[in-house]
Amino acid sequence: MILSPSPEYLAVAPEAAGGSPVSAWGLLRLRRELEKGLPLTPKPYQTLADRSGLTEDEVMAAVRQWQAQGLIKRLGLVVKHRTLGYTANAMVVWDIPDDQVHAIGQAMARMPFVTLCYQRPRRLPDWPYNLFCMIHGTDRPRVLAQLDNLIGDQGLQHTPHAVLFSTKAYRQRGACYVGRH
Amino acid sequence: MQLDATDRQLIDLYQRDLPVCDRPFLDVSRQLGITEEEVIGRLQSLQDHQVVSRVGPVFEHSRAGASLLAAVAAPEQQLDLVAARINRAPGVNHNYAREHTYNLWFVMTAPDETVLEERLGELEQQLRLPMLRLPMVEGYHIDLGFEIDWEALP
Repeated sequence: MILSPSPEYLAVAPEAAGGSPVSAWGLLRLRRELEKGLPLTPKPYQTLADRSGLTEDEVMAAVRQWQAQGLIKRLGLVVKHRTLGYTANAMVVWDIPDDQVHAIGQAMARMPFVTLCYQRPRRLPDWPYNLFCMIHGTDRPRVLAQLDNLIGDQGLQHTPHAVLFSTKAYRQRGACYVGRH
Repeated sequence: MQLDATDRQLIDLYQRDLPVCDRPFLDVSRQLGITEEEVIGRLQSLQDHQVVSRVGPVFEHSRAGASLLAAVAAPEQQLDLVAARINRAPGVNHNYAREHTYNLWFVMTAPDETVLEERLGELEQQLRLPMLRLPMVEGYHIDLGFEIDWEALP
């Protein structure tokens, strides 16, 4: 399967030290390699360069640029919470009035135990909820206590919501946007 | 796997801001007072034991391609079967059973919206189950990694 590089890539093609534009195909290969994580070698960016047909400088420049642009949110260890013992994972969904969802979403996201917070569309009549947040914890009582804390803090006592604990992870892995999966 | 103080330090300090330079693990080793070789060995071991899924970048979903959270309501006794079918579809990177009528929740990714829509349509036809499509409208959380509360762990 041949995938054409998205405009996002071409926009970020960095200039090499010599000033010539970096191969878009090389950057696409780099993205595909990066989604698997850094190779654990003493010179990981050199290894990535070898695998994607770029130079080490081009690889580091591209990564830095993608970071600066916010295409890469963070770079480091991606922890599997479940293995560590964070087995209670609740997706809490809320039906918030449209004119308040932005402010409440931002406030929820600042709570230290909230690990994700998104606004999503309602799908009536089945699905009335427009705000999603995730709470990761070591056990259910602790997660429910944190939820109570959140409800009190944000004054959400009368806001319709549902708590969806996860019971099984069938898959949990990094995103593969340009890979062949 | 038993994590010692150095493993914990690696996790606490390097979920973000791993340096981008020719020898990043040498930088890390200086910070932790161990050798570069040991840093690489520890990271490999954390990866092998599934404590860490990878060391590397986390891409911003909304900008790194198309992705969508979807949910289906599967009959309880067919949960494993339906989950396996979902996992066989291309681009599925998260798939969880949750306590709700909509009991399977998965994230599908694709290079662009058109491909994503095709894949979801195909899967929906295959499963013949009600499916919720819940694209992100706005994200409020800035991903800084996750502060581990070591004391609370079992």
